[in-house]
Amino acid sequence: MADPLLTVSDLRTYLGTRHGVVRAVDGVSLIVNQAEVLGVVGESGCGKTVTCRTIMGLMPRKGTFSSGQVVFHPRGEGNLLDASSREWQRLHGAQLAMIFQDPMTALNPVRTIGDQLTEAVTAHARMSREQAHERAIGLLVRVGIPAPQQRMKDYPFQFSGGMLQRALIAIALASEPKLLLADEPTTSLDVIIQDQILSLLLELQRDTGMSMILVSHDLAVITEVCDRIVVMYGGQIVEEGDTATIISAPRHPYTKALLEALPQGGERGQLRSIPGSPPSLIDPPGGCRFAARCPLVTDECRSWDTELLSTDGVGHRSRCLRHAVLQTQIGRPEAWAQETGQADLA
Amino acid sequence: MSRFGTLPRRLVHLVVILFGITLVVFFLLRLIPGDPALAILGSSYTHQRATAIDDSLGLNKPIWTQYGLFMDHLFHGNLGYSYFYNEPATTVIVAHLAPTVFLVIYAAVLAAVISLPIGFLAGVHRGGVLDQASRVFFTVSFAMPAFWLGIILLLVFSVHLDIFPISGFGTGVAGHLYYLFLPALTIALGFSTVLIRSLRAATIATLQAEFVDTAKMKGIGYTKVLRRHVFRVAVLAVVAVYGVNLAYLISGTVLVENVFSLPGLGQLLVNSVSNRDYPVVQGVALLFAVLIVVINLLTDIVQASLDPRVGQEIGE
Amino acid sequence: MSQIFARGSSGSSWALSPSEMLFKAADRTSRRTRSTGRRRLVLISGLAMLGIAILFIVGAPLFVSQSPIAIDVLHPLSPPLTAGHLLGTDQYGRDVLARILYGGRIDLAIAFGATSVTLVFGTIVGLVAGYFGGWVDNLLMRIVDLFFAFPFLVLIIAIIAMLGPNLLNMFIAIWITSWVSYARIMRAQTIVAKKQQYVLAARALGYSRLRVMFRHILPNTASAVIVFSMVDAIGNIILAASLGFLGLGVQPPTPEWGTMISDGQNYILSSWWIATLPGLAIVFVGVAFSLIGDGLADILRPGDR
Repeated sequence: MADPLLTVSDLRTYLGTRHGVVRAVDGVSLIVNQAEVLGVVGESGCGKTVTCRTIMGLMPRKGTFSSGQVVFHPRGEGNLLDASSREWQRLHGAQLAMIFQDPMTALNPVRTIGDQLTEAVTAHARMSREQAHERAIGLLVRVGIPAPQQRMKDYPFQFSGGMLQRALIAIALASEPKLLLADEPTTSLDVIIQDQILSLLLELQRDTGMSMILVSHDLAVITEVCDRIVVMYGGQIVEEGDTATIISAPRHPYTKALLEALPQGGERGQLRSIPGSPPSLIDPPGGCRFAARCPLVTDECRSWDTELLSTDGVGHRSRCLRHAVLQTQIGRPEAWAQETGQADLA
Repeated sequence: MSRFGTLPRRLVHLVVILFGITLVVFFLLRLIPGDPALAILGSSYTHQRATAIDDSLGLNKPIWTQYGLFMDHLFHGNLGYSYFYNEPATTVIVAHLAPTVFLVIYAAVLAAVISLPIGFLAGVHRGGVLDQASRVFFTVSFAMPAFWLGIILLLVFSVHLDIFPISGFGTGVAGHLYYLFLPALTIALGFSTVLIRSLRAATIATLQAEFVDTAKMKGIGYTKVLRRHVFRVAVLAVVAVYGVNLAYLISGTVLVENVFSLPGLGQLLVNSVSNRDYPVVQGVALLFAVLIVVINLLTDIVQASLDPRVGQEIGE
Repeated sequence: MSQIFARGSSGSSWALSPSEMLFKAADRTSRRTRSTGRRRLVLISGLAMLGIAILFIVGAPLFVSQSPIAIDVLHPLSPPLTAGHLLGTDQYGRDVLARILYGGRIDLAIAFGATSVTLVFGTIVGLVAGYFGGWVDNLLMRIVDLFFAFPFLVLIIAIIAMLGPNLLNMFIAIWITSWVSYARIMRAQTIVAKKQQYVLAARALGYSRLRVMFRHILPNTASAVIVFSMVDAIGNIILAASLGFLGLGVQPPTPEWGTMISDGQNYILSSWWIATLPGLAIVFVGVAFSLIGDGLADILRPGDR
C-alpha cells in the first residue's frame, strides 16, 4: 500500500547568519506514505528539526533560503515551498500539523488550555461556542487527560509536562490533519511518561489512519513506533529503510554506532559512545561528512562526492561507500574488530 | 490558589513605604536652615503666631514627639496652614487637584494610544520604514525637555495655527478635553519613547517563542496569531514599564502646567516654593508620592489580572 | 516565505548548481548581518556631536566676542542674522549665541558632574547589596524603593525649596536622588553574576570578597550601568534646564538654557528665537548622548541579529 502522502526531493535549507551560511538541510529526499510512521533519527544539529520546519513552512522569512521540492499529494503536485500564506492557512491544522519538543514553551502561558484548544477546533470548522467546547473536551478525553471540564480552565503552568504534551497533541489533532510531524515529543519528559505518550501517538495514528513523521535523537524511541527510518547526519540522510532491516542489518557506520550506543538489555559492559563531534554545518568537510569519526574510513571516502547507494535490502539505501563491508560484518564481531581496530568488541 | 495570593505581602510592603514617605516629608521641613516657624510665617511673623506654630509642630519637644504630632495631624487631614493663601494647606491643595488628575489620566491614555500600535508594529515589521522612522523620531524627542516641547507645540498649534487654546482649563468635560489636549500630548510624547522601545523589544522577543509556531500551526491566519498570541504576551512587558515610568508623568505635570498656565498641583508646587509656603510644598510632595504608590499598586493589580503567572511570582 | 529556487536538479544548464545558487543568496544575507560598520558609525557620530558641543561651549570665548551678560539697550529683541548677532538678541539686547555657549557650561557641568558621582555611588551600593544579600540587601533596597516612590522632579524641587536655589544645591539635590537607578541596575546584574563560573572560581581560589566584587564582577557587568549613564546624562541636562525654567536653578543674570527658555516664553509671539534656540542646543547635546549610548550598547552587548 505504498501510496505516497508527502514527497520531498532534494530539499536544501540554508540560513544566512552572522556566523556564515549554515547548511542546515543539504539535499534531503524522503517519502511518507499513507498511514505510515516515518522516523527521523540523528544527533542534535543534524538538521532534523529544520527539515520538519521547512516542510511545515514554519521557518522565519528572513534569512532562510530553501530549494528543492516538497509535494503534499492531497493538495496536488505543486511545490509546497511556493505556497502562499493563504494556502498555508488552509493547510495548517487541517492537513499538516506539528508538535514541538518542550510543551511548556510551545503553549501560550497567559491563556487557558481551553481557549487554545477551542481556537484550534474552530480554526477550520464553523460551530457554536458550546459545540466547540464539547469537541475540545472530547479531544482532552481522547488524549487521556482526566477531569477535562476542570482542565479547560487551567493555564499551562498548572499542568505537568506529560499532561501538557497530551494537550499539545489534542491541539495538533483538532482539525484532523493527514500528516503529523512530531519533533522530539518525548525528549523533555520522564521515561515512564515517554512510554505513555508514545503509546498514545501510536494509538491515535492507528485510529485515524494519519501519517506521522517522528523525529528523535533517541533510536530506542524511534524503533518502538516507526515503520520506516531515515538516519540523518550533517544535514544529509545517510541511511534509509524499514525499521526491522535497519535495526538488524544497518548499512552505515553511523547507524551501527547509534545502535551499539543503545544500552543492551541485561548486559553490563562499556558505554559505547561515538567519539568526536558532528561536523560544522557552516563549513562542512568535503567528501563523506562522517569520515572524521568513522571506524571504516579510507582515503577514498574523504574525496567521494557522496550519494545514497542501493544496498542488498529493498528500499534500503546508504550513503556509505563501504556499506558492503558492513554486510559481511554482521554476526562476526571478530572480523569487525579486526577491520576497525577495536579489540574490546567480542 | 488565589491569583492574588501574595497581595497581602505587597500591601504590608506598601504601608512600610508610605511610612517611609511620611518620614522623608517630615524631615524635608527640617532641612531648612534656621527656625522653621520663621520660615513658615515669613512676613506674617508675629510672636503669637510663632508660638502657635511651635506648639502645633512641637518644635520644643524631642524629634519623636514631633513626628508623632505630624502623623496625628496627617490622620486628621491637617497638613498645616498656608499663610500665603490664608487657608488650611489641605483646602488649597484640594482646590488645585482636579486639573492635575485630569491631565495625568489624559496623558496616560494618550501615551497608550500612541505607543501600543507603533511599538507593536515596529516590532513585527522590524527594520521596516515605521521601525526606522519611529526610532529616529523618538531618539530626538527623548532629548527634548518636556517644557520646551510644550512651548513648541504651543507655538505651532496655538499661536500660528490657532487650533488649540493657549492656556486654561476650560469648563465641562469636553472643554477639559479640548484645553488639555496639547499639554497631555506633550507629556504623552515623552512617555511614549520608553513605551515604544519596550514594546518593540518585547514583540521581537515574543515572535521567536515556540508557542507562536504552535498558534500558526493551527491554521488560524497570521493576523489572528499576532493579535491573540504575540500582542497579548508582549504587552505584559509594557505594563511593568508603564508603572515604573509613571513617575515621569507626574513630574511632567509640574513643567507642563507652567507652560500652559494650568491651575493644577504642579503649578501650585512651583509657586509655593517661590512663596516660601512650606506647608503647601510639604503637602503636595506627600500627595504626589502617595499617588505614585497607588498607581504602582494599580499596575501590579492589572499585571496580575492579565498574567496568571504573576500572581505566583509576586513576592520575589 | 523563503526565497525559492530551481525545482529539481537534473538537466540543469546553469553554470552554477542550484545548491551553489542557494548558497550565494544565503551568503549575501549573512554578510549583511555581519556588517559592523553601521554600529560604529552611530557611536562615532555621537562622539563627534558631543565633541563639537564641548568644543564650542568650553571654548566659548574663542568663538564669540560678545559677553553673555552685556546688556545692549539699543538692540533688544533683534532677530537672528542681525549684524553682529548671529542668533539675535533677547529682551535686554544680550547676544543669544553667546548666552547659549556660556549657558551650556552649567548644563554640561551637571551632565558630567552629577552623573559621574551618582554613577559611582549607585554602582557601589548596588554591587554591595547584590553581592552580600541578606539584611544588607534588604535595607539598601528598601531605601531605594523609598526614593523610587517619589516623583523625581517633585523631590528635587522640594529639596531645593528647602536649601535654596543655586548651582551647588542643584548638584546636591541630584546627588541625593539619582543614584538609586544605578543601584537597582547594578544589584540585578550582580545577583546574576554572583552565580557565574568565574565568580565561584575566584572565591574558591581564596580571593577576598572585596577583590571579587571590584576586580571580577564589576568589569563584567559595568556595561549595563555605563549605557544607562548616557540616558541619565540626558536626564540630568533636562533636569537642570527644567529647574532653570522653573526659576529654581541658577539665578539671573547667569545664562543657562532653561532660564533662557523661561525668559523667552513671554516673548514667544514676537520673538520666537529666544525660547526656541536654547532648546535646540539641549536637543543637540541630548541626541549626542543618545547616539553614544546606542553605539556603546551595540558594541558592548552585540545581541541583535
